[in-house]
Amino acid sequence: MPETQHPPHETAVSGEKYLAVQASPEFQELRNRLRRFVFPMSALFLVWYFAYVLLGAFAHDFMAIKVWGNINVGLLIGLGQFVSTFAITAIYVRFANRELDPRAEAIRAELEGGAA
Amino acid sequence: MTVNVLAAATVGNPAANIGIFALFVAITLYIVIRASKKNTTAAEFFTAGRAFTGPQNGIAISGDYLSAASFLGIAGAIAVYGYDGFLYSIGFLVAWLVALLLVAELLRNAGKFTMADVLSFRLRQRPVRLAAATTTLAVCLFYLLAQMAGAGGLVALLLNVKSDLGQAFVIAVVGLLMILYVLIGGMKGTTWVQIIKAVLLIGGAALMTVWVLAKFGLNFSEMLGGAQSAVSGSSSKAVAARDVLAPGAQYGTSLTSQINFISLALALVLGTAGLPHVLMRFYTVPTAKEARRSVVWAIWLIGAFYLFTLALGYGAAALVGPDAILAAPGAQNSAAPLLAFKLGGVVLLGVISAVAFATILAVVAGLTITAATSFAHDIYASVIRSGHGKAPVTEAEQVRVSRITVVVIGIIAIGLGILANGQNIAFLVALAFAVAAAANLPTILYSLYWSRFNTRGALWSMYGGLISTIVLIIFSPAVSGAKTAMLPSVDFAWFPLANPGIVSIPLAFILGIVGTLTSPDRGDAELNAEFEVRTLTGVGAEKAVGH
Repeated sequence: MPETQHPPHETAVSGEKYLAVQASPEFQELRNRLRRFVFPMSALFLVWYFAYVLLGAFAHDFMAIKVWGNINVGLLIGLGQFVSTFAITAIYVRFANRELDPRAEAIRAELEGGAA
Repeated sequence: MTVNVLAAATVGNPAANIGIFALFVAITLYIVIRASKKNTTAAEFFTAGRAFTGPQNGIAISGDYLSAASFLGIAGAIAVYGYDGFLYSIGFLVAWLVALLLVAELLRNAGKFTMADVLSFRLRQRPVRLAAATTTLAVCLFYLLAQMAGAGGLVALLLNVKSDLGQAFVIAVVGLLMILYVLIGGMKGTTWVQIIKAVLLIGGAALMTVWVLAKFGLNFSEMLGGAQSAVSGSSSKAVAARDVLAPGAQYGTSLTSQINFISLALALVLGTAGLPHVLMRFYTVPTAKEARRSVVWAIWLIGAFYLFTLALGYGAAALVGPDAILAAPGAQNSAAPLLAFKLGGVVLLGVISAVAFATILAVVAGLTITAATSFAHDIYASVIRSGHGKAPVTEAEQVRVSRITVVVIGIIAIGLGILANGQNIAFLVALAFAVAAAANLPTILYSLYWSRFNTRGALWSMYGGLISTIVLIIFSPAVSGAKTAMLPSVDFAWFPLANPGIVSIPLAFILGIVGTLTSPDRGDAELNAEFEVRTLTGVGAEKAVGH
């Protein structure tokens, strides 16, 4: 193993220990919760973004429909991208603070405590 | 071009513009020198001791991200083409969700100084580090070129320096200042420059937004109407025919241009999370949780800023008018400065000009320290000087090498910036994003989420993404065969799109899968376990340097 890779302070945790932690139900729970949140959410915002891009590229007349004063559909959907980005950010932070951080912290405390 | 417009744009103001910019340089240099008292260790020089808070780093990220292309380019595009300029900023913003949800925290947990730390963690060190450093340097170089080329155009507009020699001189001054900041300040000094610049830029844009909306009784719809009627009243038939409130004015209606636009949108949304200078900023905070907070701050600030540019662009169209903007030196890039002059006269124009310069300076400094870190840490220490029988490179030596690299990169940037003066800035920035999206992002995602991923997959994906993007660009209408091309007099273009992302990004993702599955290499189970546990929990993550 090249020397640039691992700082000395965690050589105390062995590879076997990491394998055991990786297989533990607590870690699998953390991993599944993370993946079950970030993958669908990423798919959602990418689909919504590309729906917008495709409308912008091909549906000029639809985007030009006036809704209120000079505000048209295109502007509303564009501003909607801002709103959805802010909303997903807030939802993720809430989720990560509640669901991910305590679980990650517990595993970290156990590993680092056990190795010290 | 009328004399009036020119007079309004420049004459009488250069002294004020230079004065306010000099003040900015003096204040930031003072802060950089003060902040640099403790720049002895590698962690201090490369990552500011990981001691910045999430909000501080979030502001610095927005300072790093909101380049002159964002500010002058997008406001100008909205002023002249309307809605199509807005599409750009949406891609730049939504892209941050990729960084927030998929990349930032896991990357912070597993890395030390560079992106290559994470990518090579469980793969073969030397080839993967070399590949990751190569793509890092490529992205930084294209991005640097865009900023330096932009500096020349900005000078013409704001300081009334029209001779090539004069512009070259100013580009050299920008380059030398940047070298000075990075050498003295390291990552800490660079970060403070970015924080100050972000506050000035976003604050200035907010002030102008309120000001311009007030001219229309705080009625956004009325301002849109004003913009449309100003554009319709243009003396140019092509401009007057534009519907600036709906998409299509810039990207057009032919199928090629529509696909080209989709290709650009793909590169924008997937490029951000692969930009090395953005990724490196995640190492300046003490924990993954602070990395998350920094992205949240960055998203709010960047989102707010792009909303301001929407108002500024339409405001400039309505108040200054497309004819005056297109006639000014710097053409559409001059929309925001002309609007500033219209609203607040010499002083506001001076402030906005200084902010635009500061923007270039801060972004260039961030790119340079990223490239220098990657060269010293990944190429010099892990490839050139590593191997059997060679003594490991100390971190002090890495810092020394990176300082030399800063000077070399700075000189290269000055030289290329002078050569590239007058090139299309938006094209160069889009190229940097396309390379980042194709060469970096697939490997980052596979590395973090796919345990079967191996060295061959990483190399195929990174080199495949990098080479395909650059080859397609070379044979695109952006380089030859079109009026607006880099080399308009020759034609060797066979690829129809100026933006290669729609081909090169999926190709790089596929190459990662094919390379991985055709190799029997299944990696080291213990190392894979360690990597996954560390990325998700932060066990053994690099800590902040104690003070």
